[in-house]
Order: sequence, then structure tokens, then C-alpha cells
Amino acid sequence: MRTLLLSLSLALLLAAPLGYAQENAPDVLVKNITMEVIGIVKQDKDIQAGNSKKISGLVEQKILPHFNFTRMTQIAMAVNWRRATPEQQKQLTEQFKTLLVRTYSNALSLYRDQAINFKPLRARPQDTDVTVRSEIKQQGAQAVTLDYDMEKTPNGWKVYDMKVGGVSLVTTYREEFSSQVREGGIDGLLKVLASKNRQLEAKARI
Amino acid sequence: MAGIRNSLRMARKRSSEQGNEGKMRTWKRYAAALAMVATLAGCATTATNPNDPLEPFNRAMFQFNEGLDNVLLKPAGEAYRAAIPDLVRTGVTNFFSNIEDLWIGANNLLQGKVEEGLTDVMRFLVNTFFGFTVLDIASDAGMTKHGEDFGQTLGRWGVGSGPYLVLPIFGPSTFRDGVGLAVDFRADPVVQVDHVPTRNTLYTGRVVSDRANLLDASRILEEAALDKYIFVRDSYLQRRRSLIYDGNPPREALTANDESRR
Repeated sequence: MRTLLLSLSLALLLAAPLGYAQENAPDVLVKNITMEVIGIVKQDKDIQAGNSKKISGLVEQKILPHFNFTRMTQIAMAVNWRRATPEQQKQLTEQFKTLLVRTYSNALSLYRDQAINFKPLRARPQDTDVTVRSEIKQQGAQAVTLDYDMEKTPNGWKVYDMKVGGVSLVTTYREEFSSQVREGGIDGLLKVLASKNRQLEAKARI
Repeated sequence: MAGIRNSLRMARKRSSEQGNEGKMRTWKRYAAALAMVATLAGCATTATNPNDPLEPFNRAMFQFNEGLDNVLLKPAGEAYRAAIPDLVRTGVTNFFSNIEDLWIGANNLLQGKVEEGLTDVMRFLVNTFFGFTVLDIASDAGMTKHGEDFGQTLGRWGVGSGPYLVLPIFGPSTFRDGVGLAVDFRADPVVQVDHVPTRNTLYTGRVVSDRANLLDASRILEEAALDKYIFVRDSYLQRRRSLIYDGNPPREALTANDESRR
């Protein structure tokens, strides 16, 4: 009886700060959002059919607030970031965000009922930069890993890179961006991004 | 360019004429063919990426593969997906996945990953005898599917990737992975089939099934890339690096020119 009471009070003592920490933990955040979003996708026939307006709406409402696009653009631009004016930086971020949202929405519309596993977070409580790891099971093939690099900001944990099957979304654009900048400067890159986005926008409307 | 293609074709032709005793020699011939490609392409190089000194040659080969894909593979994959029910396609995918599990297991063992290697062998046995080769009941039973090949094994042994190399038909590769592919080819169960019509049917079936499985991914790629060649190259190199470390590569030194982290 005494041991039972002791362990109960111990559990309560431990649970209080634990509950608080869990609410703010990056892996819990990612897991909750993922579950919420795929719950919606699973039930929405329009999204499964590829209704891009509805998917973008979902992504913008549920997922975008947890991404730090400025940081993502900054990493993708590498040394060229500093060479851009604040106005160019703003435009670059906006265009890159549009492109990434499109890619993310495309991928999301393909989701059916694959199982998603979250791996235990390997981080210390004081860490401010962590990687949340998950994997998507699929038939007849190795599971696809999906990792989120996240940083702690005053506004909560924000994603600054995603790795699909070990391929970083942001780093993959680094070389693309630098080759465009070499060819046509920052404005050249901006033009290419804007026309790419317009082209995809037009295609989605058909 | 014609010379390059010829030397590759010759190397492949010779290797297919040889028996198992010529494995080492085949290797050397592949390496020689690859080296020749390097020298020839190196003459006209204006590449800027240190991982891709053969960029002009690779871009030409990439265009060739894209053309082939557009007129042949992609339409075949689309027709296959439109005509064959989901369930059957999954069965076909599982069948080809099952016959490669033994070689995946061998590579895991060669890399010293005994537990993974034994799991692959178990997967093969379970799926062959209880899954009738078309059901993946091993995965349902918790035996994880792995993806290993000889290029990864070489990487694990410490062999560097060498320059990026786009192979005709096979697509993105590196010098190391090209050699790996030659070895994978020797170990491919489909290659061991003596009955030629059966073997050709299996080859074709696998290519079409693989392409059909990639239809969605290739559409996303098409939309995401500014320059598809660069996008594919950089994704491939990152993907291979990640695979060699089984998904946990050490953080890269690319932060060196990353402004945001200083």
C-alpha cells in the first residue's frame, strides 16, 4: 500500500512538468499536425481527386504557420542571400514559399492510407535545434523517411527543412538557385521563380 | 560521343558473353569504360559543380534518357496503370520486390549488418512460401523491407562516390554506383533465367511496373524543379549518401557557405 501511494505521488509529481513539456515538444507538434491533416485528407474526396485549391487551403491553414520560410530561403540562397536587397529577399521568400506549398500540396494529394511511424525524438530538453523523424510505409518497397529539421523560436517550434528519403528540400534548391544567379543575377532567379509559379498556377486552373 | 556509347555498349556486350569466372575481368572492363567516358567528356568540360565534372556529357545523356522516357517508358507505365487493377499491380510490385530480397540480404551481410541481412532472407522465405511470391506478408509480420545494392556496399566499405555519371537507360549514377550496378546485374535473379522469352517478359514487366510506380513522383519532380537536370542530380547524390548511412548521415559540411548558420 505504501509503495503504491508513493509511486502514485511520484507519478503525479513527474506528470505535471512532463505534461507541460509534451505540449511544447517538437515531435508532439509534428505528430499532432500530421494526424490532423491526414485525417482530413482521408475523408475528403475532393482532395484525393487532386482539387488543388482545397489542398492549398488545407496546407496554408494547418501547415504553413509552422514553417519558417525566411530561414528556408536563406539556407537555399546560401552566400547569395547577403547579396540580395531586403526587398529582393522578401520577394524571394514569397516565391519560394509558393513553389514549396505547391510541391507539398502535390505530395499530400497522393496520400491514401499508408501508415506513418514517428521515431522517438533524440534530443535533450534544452536543445533548440532538433530533427523529428518519421517514416511512411509502402507496399513492396523500403519505407520513405520523412525528417523535419526544427528550431525553437519565440513563436514556438518552426520547421526550416524537410528531408524526404534523405533528400533535403532546401539543399536541393541551393544549386538550382546558385546556377540561376550565376546566369542572370538575383533578378534573373526571381524572374525564373515567378514564371515557374505562374505556369503552375495556370496549369492548376485547367 | 558515339565512341563513348560504343565503348559502353562493348563493355556490356562482353560482360554478357562471359560466365561467372569473368567477374573480376568484367569489373575491370566497366571501370575502363567509365574511365574512358571520363577522359573523353573531360575534354569539353565547363562544369561548375565539383561533384559533376562531366556535366556536358551527363546533360546530353540526361536528354537522351528523357526522350526515351517520354516516348516509351512513361506512356508504357501510364497504359499499364490504366489497364491493370490496383491489386494486381501491387502483386507484381511485391513479386519483383521479393526476388530482390536475397541480394539485398547478401549486401546487408557484406556490410556487416547481420540482423538486417537475416531479416531479408527470412522475408524471402516467408513471402515465397506463405505469400505465394505476390503477397508481402513479411512486412505485415514486422519484418522491415530494406533497400540495399552493391553501390551502397562499396560506399559502406569506404569507396568514394567519384564523379556523378548519367548512364544511358539506367539514369543517374556515379562511378562507384556504376560499378555497383554491374555487380547487381550479375546477381539479378532475372538475368539467371535461361528461357529467353520468359527472361525478356520479366525484364519488360519489371521496367514497366517500376515506371508506373514512379508516375506520381516524376510529376511532382517535374513541377518542383527549375532545372530538372540539377534537381535530379542533387537529389540523387543526397539520396545515395543517406542510403549508405541508412538514413542517418552525419551532418554535412555544406554549412561552411551557409550564411544563416554563422
